Amino acid sequence: MGAISLRGIEKTYGRAPRANKVIHGVSAEIADGEFVVIVGPSGCGKSTLLRMVAGLEEISGGEIEIGGRVVNDLEPAERDIAMVFQNYALYPHMSVFDNMAYGLRIRRIPSEEIRARVDKAAAILELAPFLKRKPRELSGGQRQRVAMGRAIVREPQVFLFDEPLSNLDAKLRAQTRLEIQKLHGELRTTSLFVTHDQVEAMTLAERMIVMNAGRMEQMGTPDEVYHRPATTFVAGFIGSPPMNLLRGRAEGLGFTAGGQLLPLPAVAPREGDLVMGIRPEHVEIGNDLSAAAWPLRVQALEMLGAERLVYGVLGDTLFIARLDATMPYPKAGDIVSIHAAPAHLHWFDAATTARVGA
Amino acid sequence: MDKRVHFRSPWLPYALVLPQIAVTLVFFVWPAAETLYYSVLLQDAFASKVQFVWFDNFITLFQDSHYLASFKITALFSAIVAITGLALSLLLAVFADRVLRGSSVYKTLLIWPYAVAPAVAGILWLFMLSPSIGMLTYALRGFGIDWNYYVNPGQAMLLICVAAIWKQISYNFLFFLAGLQAIPSSLIEAAAIDGAGPVRRFWTIVFPLLSPTAFFLLVVNVVYAFFDTFAIVDSTTQGGPGQATQTLVYKIYQDGVQALDLGGSAAQSVVLMVIVIALTVVQFRWVERKVQY
Amino acid sequence: MIERRPFLNVVRHAALVVAVALILFPVYVAFVASTLSFDEVLHVPMQLWPGGHLLENYADVMAHGSAKGSSAPVGRMMINSLIMALVIAIGKIAISIISAFAIVYFRFPFRQTVFWMIFITLMLPVEVRILPTYQVAADLGLIDTYAGLTMPLIASATATFLFRQFFLTIPDEYAEAARIDGAGPLRFFKDVVLPLSRTNIAALFVIMFIYGWNQYLWPLLVTTQESMYTTVIGIKRMIPGGDAAAEWHLVMATAILAMLPPAVVVLLMQKWFVKGLVDTEK
Repeated sequence: MGAISLRGIEKTYGRAPRANKVIHGVSAEIADGEFVVIVGPSGCGKSTLLRMVAGLEEISGGEIEIGGRVVNDLEPAERDIAMVFQNYALYPHMSVFDNMAYGLRIRRIPSEEIRARVDKAAAILELAPFLKRKPRELSGGQRQRVAMGRAIVREPQVFLFDEPLSNLDAKLRAQTRLEIQKLHGELRTTSLFVTHDQVEAMTLAERMIVMNAGRMEQMGTPDEVYHRPATTFVAGFIGSPPMNLLRGRAEGLGFTAGGQLLPLPAVAPREGDLVMGIRPEHVEIGNDLSAAAWPLRVQALEMLGAERLVYGVLGDTLFIARLDATMPYPKAGDIVSIHAAPAHLHWFDAATTARVGA
Repeated sequence: MDKRVHFRSPWLPYALVLPQIAVTLVFFVWPAAETLYYSVLLQDAFASKVQFVWFDNFITLFQDSHYLASFKITALFSAIVAITGLALSLLLAVFADRVLRGSSVYKTLLIWPYAVAPAVAGILWLFMLSPSIGMLTYALRGFGIDWNYYVNPGQAMLLICVAAIWKQISYNFLFFLAGLQAIPSSLIEAAAIDGAGPVRRFWTIVFPLLSPTAFFLLVVNVVYAFFDTFAIVDSTTQGGPGQATQTLVYKIYQDGVQALDLGGSAAQSVVLMVIVIALTVVQFRWVERKVQY
Repeated sequence: MIERRPFLNVVRHAALVVAVALILFPVYVAFVASTLSFDEVLHVPMQLWPGGHLLENYADVMAHGSAKGSSAPVGRMMINSLIMALVIAIGKIAISIISAFAIVYFRFPFRQTVFWMIFITLMLPVEVRILPTYQVAADLGLIDTYAGLTMPLIASATATFLFRQFFLTIPDEYAEAARIDGAGPLRFFKDVVLPLSRTNIAALFVIMFIYGWNQYLWPLLVTTQESMYTTVIGIKRMIPGGDAAAEWHLVMATAILAMLPPAVVVLLMQKWFVKGLVDTEK
């Protein structure tokens, strides 16, 4: 039905010798009815990827299938998709009703049916009192809902969202996020959602695609991406505050990073140049000053009410630990020992940035 | 119109506005007042006898078949120049906007005619359409059309229309292009995704959003046709043949400067003033309001 | 890319090329005519490729004008046009910018009146006040002078409005900081407002220069001596009644000369020009 298949997608701008390749071979299978979030920093190519699925950008290489049909050569109108834009893209000279009815009128849907669909969408999105208004008379949140309404009434196979929440203020963003989740629960249409905000990604995604510099770094559920990041980029991008990453050399039961020898509780998956990762919430702080300890020179503390963040230096790297507010905490200038359970240590190859071990 | 910050000085602001006010008073307000004054007088060319006649001059004017003909000619002229000019430049702007490459080259090549003086535009077309030596005349003759605007009033009108439109296309093109480029591409993309093809997109999305620009240009073109085209008429047909191309402005010139009919030409000037004021008011009230999304 | 049908693109390019050709055709014809001899230019149909008399014709017309109709040397006319255009452009900008500054940054009695008075000038193009304005110019002894050519055209509402609109967007903080620093209004104008207005001034310069250079009706009225003719009216004067009698090759050379400076200004300052046009009308 509405399954999406991305096979070896590439995008190049310009022509040789000044060609600029922005997307390098992205492949993914998205099941019918799945809500997939494409997340990554600015310029990673996520919007370009989405626009290729929509048909607004040409596909330089690879194939895209929607609902079993290869759509590379199909116009956007022929792909049975609907898109919600970052700046809503509502037709300013038409009423809310006409905005939502536009696509349906073009498809020659009878007006009673149009009326029915628009009313239904307006009910779901609480837009019924605004149907006769023009977009400029609405607030940002209302306009966003009209944009979604326009997509819903089309009853397409796929919804495409291009950073729709970026223009809303924080509170509205959280609210709209919940509405989108609720909507997906009801409609269960396959959805591709692009955002640069990893919190949005974590909360909305059934699975997510983490992108960086035109490459797909990892695709998985929020849990998988959070607990088993596939590369150092994913490890550092997902999670706030970010995972601590230490470059060094593993030999036997020791890991030397930044001039500091850190005894390991268990052997690293491999010897050699590795990057070790520990999430701030998995760090335990103690006062063990023996040789087996990892010494952290505390520099600052952030009191956040329910928790505390300890900023320090381990070896030569900035290191963050997260403590529950009930735990005792050090103060700036102290030297404390930190350690983490072997299961909470992530290992990555220093050269390829890929995960090694379990 | 108010800013929070104001400087204080008893004399400086007056000194700053003085040059402009001085010129305005001497060369605008005073002559305009005089025009109004003359329009309600009857005097001979040597101003030896002056008679206050109220609106008689105006009544005579509107009963004068030549004047009414002039009105009709000006109206026809403006309509042709405005509508043709707008339609052609809109078409070109749409093409230039959608062309993948070279749009800036086309833009450069299409806007420079703005720099050409209306008088020169008239003379260029005069040369090409001259009944005796014009090359276009020759070409037309090849098609069996006998071109002589000295004799044929319709052709004379065509000549000034062509010259006026030729000159005005670049101005309209510029504004239309700017208007088109101001439409966010996401709107066009949304319409495309909704299923609208290029023609439908143009009429249901682009054109409505362009209509403030179009309306503004309509007013500007009409004003242009009324006033700036004096030079075109004077350099080509001088209002002829007969009075076939005697626009209102040209008639004022002929009656005032050549025939020295002060009262009549002043009355005509007043009528024209009223028209300009009306058009300017329309432009400021309506157009400025509608440019708002 | 929506509808990337290459065929449509070709059609668009073709239409644009045709349009450009049609727009340029009259100028091309004029150019060719300006390079021909008297006999060649009168030949029907005139040839479409340039002849060999380019330098000769231009030199001739610059120095001696045309033998038929008016015989004012075009070189002199170009200088008149240049003076007129420059004085009008610079003059309009200068008096408009200080007026706008006064209106925006000062509160003084009759400020509204002043504003409206400037506004009316928008509605009074020279064509509706021909005779009385001429009368005033004559009374002031301005006929056949550069002052007469330029002064009546120097008050401009559009420039004042543009500057006023622009000044209203300058953050108040600049003026406040200037006052705290002890700068008086003139200092503020010179050191802050003027530099900020540079692009607007450039844009207006292009438009006003063209406006001044292309003036027709007013120079026609206010000049009687050939030595004061501007290029634009000079061309018309070269065509005595009945078109076959004119020295068309020289007339066309003059036409090209008349088109050159404004075209050069537009092309060199295209960016500002476009901005200025679109801004003055907003």
